[in-house]
Amino acid sequence: MKYAFYPGCVSRGGTPELYTSTLAIAGKLGIELEEIVGAACTGAGVLQEKGQKLGDTLNARTFAMAERMGLTTILNICSTCQGVMAQANKRLLDDPDYLAEVNEELKPEGLEYTGRVIIKHLAWVIVEEVGLDTLKGLVKNPLADLKVAPFYGCYILRPSDALGFGDNPGRENYLERIIETCSAEPVNFPGRTKCCGFPIMLINERNSMAMVGNHTTSAKEHGADCMVTPCPLCHLNLDGQQPKAQAQRGAKIGMPVLHLPQLVGLAMGLSPKDLGMNQHVVSTKGVEAKASVRV
Amino acid sequence: MRAKLRVKRFSTEGEASTNAFQEYEVDVPEHFTVLDSLIRVREDVDPSLALRCSCRASICGSCAMRVNDRARLACKTRLTSVAKEGEIVTIEPMGNQRVVKDLVVDLQLFWGKVRAVEPFLLPDGPEPEEEYIAPNEAMLNLLTPMGCIMCGACVSDCTSLEVDKNFLGPAALAKSYRFVADPRDGAQATRLQNLNESGGVWDCTRCNMCVEVCPKGVAPMERIMELREGVMDQGMTNTPGARHVASFANSVARAGWLDETMLAVDSWGKFNLPKLIAEIPLAIRVLRRGKMPLPGPLHHKLKGADAIGRIFKRLEGKHARKF
Repeated sequence: MKYAFYPGCVSRGGTPELYTSTLAIAGKLGIELEEIVGAACTGAGVLQEKGQKLGDTLNARTFAMAERMGLTTILNICSTCQGVMAQANKRLLDDPDYLAEVNEELKPEGLEYTGRVIIKHLAWVIVEEVGLDTLKGLVKNPLADLKVAPFYGCYILRPSDALGFGDNPGRENYLERIIETCSAEPVNFPGRTKCCGFPIMLINERNSMAMVGNHTTSAKEHGADCMVTPCPLCHLNLDGQQPKAQAQRGAKIGMPVLHLPQLVGLAMGLSPKDLGMNQHVVSTKGVEAKASVRV
Repeated sequence: MRAKLRVKRFSTEGEASTNAFQEYEVDVPEHFTVLDSLIRVREDVDPSLALRCSCRASICGSCAMRVNDRARLACKTRLTSVAKEGEIVTIEPMGNQRVVKDLVVDLQLFWGKVRAVEPFLLPDGPEPEEEYIAPNEAMLNLLTPMGCIMCGACVSDCTSLEVDKNFLGPAALAKSYRFVADPRDGAQATRLQNLNESGGVWDCTRCNMCVEVCPKGVAPMERIMELREGVMDQGMTNTPGARHVASFANSVARAGWLDETMLAVDSWGKFNLPKLIAEIPLAIRVLRRGKMPLPGPLHHKLKGADAIGRIFKRLEGKHARKF
């Protein structure tokens, strides 16, 4: 299965281990990735504050580039990129006049978006296209002792009408299903679908750190050994800023946070180093020990 | 069908004080809503169950509560839409507000925030002899926020309010938009100045929770984003929030992708030395792990960055709407 691959800015910047771990598992899953070279940032919802049409045009440009590559599904590993793209795609497809107006902006590059692109996250591709049975067959290192708290964040769930939940209501629980397929135990906790605080980290740090502290602490109190997230922005906050959240809270947390492909990679028997787990801020040694993998 | 309801009970009344879930089972017709079922419980099983409701037709906004972990109008939620036959439905009072008893919350926080945004027209200039006239097209974009029925569902599930009760919250900000965007209002500039303060538009996390739970399609977060545009259009650009947007746009317009390091520096303030010094441990932490993206001129341009820059030139600042 071949996909137009959109890695997003952060997997090539602040969380390079997400990029590494994605490539490490993709081939094994039968996922062929062809990167959309020169695709712009999605805007992450921030550029949209400068005008929605600007953001939608940048995303339509990316969709048109994928079409030009002869591919219809864009595979995202950042749920913020995926969500922003899905919202842009819905606006463009809902209004042919708007699509035509946006296409006018793409003409100088010889691009045109015809509306055939499907936006997916890696988690959706694993469940809907690779299949959990196939994944099960690739699990060489069942994570039987590991309790994992899935942290969905926002954009992979909301707004649901732009994300195809009508046809695929199961998307609300894909992380749990992948965790179970890796033989680990999903941990339900109150922060599961809330905001990690990243969008306001540079604007209202106190509130943002309170969110990090609440979610990581609550995952810990519910017995999780680690959290797993489909979003590198959540990872930047929950992992990268956890020391700051700890200081604000005045209590040690120490909750490791994995990217989704790292969890899958561990279950496939890949080494933590090959999955970039040495690049985390919060130590993942406890997870590696429980996962019984080569350290 | 057999309705199985797991209801959060809370009371501080003397010996009956409680704070726990209680399960009820009642036989109800298939078409019953969550509210119908709760009323059946109150009438047939437990008259002590407290809940608030009035119109039973999604108009009055009285019966917002959390059903299976998210705020909904109980009268608009069919039981079969939240549970299959035999499944338990969990019902709790709205979040972020003080519970008075069982499913009834104190709405003081909600109304206090709505009042704080002066939810009425503040026209300036001489009063017209007859009514204020507004062109139809100028009022069209107000229809969405005017659909708010003040149920509080968005406030219940707002992720920012959960950590900071100073935040005005989605309902009050959507209400504020309704007046900022009203052509008859004369206080737009003052309103936007107030919304630019702490607790205003910049404290929203853009989590879309309010958009998801609003039973009337008001989409408060989208109104908040429009207010942010309005604030920046008024020249209020020297806040961490506005600098964050500007830095984001600058790096994508220049290089085609985000310069994360400069985003942080610009948002904190390039000359905010105490903050920049305070963040040195963070910089060391990420450098040691090989994940500090190169900033400024070292942030390489994507192939196609020039074409992206041209799109910016044509479209940046072209808003759907000016206040």
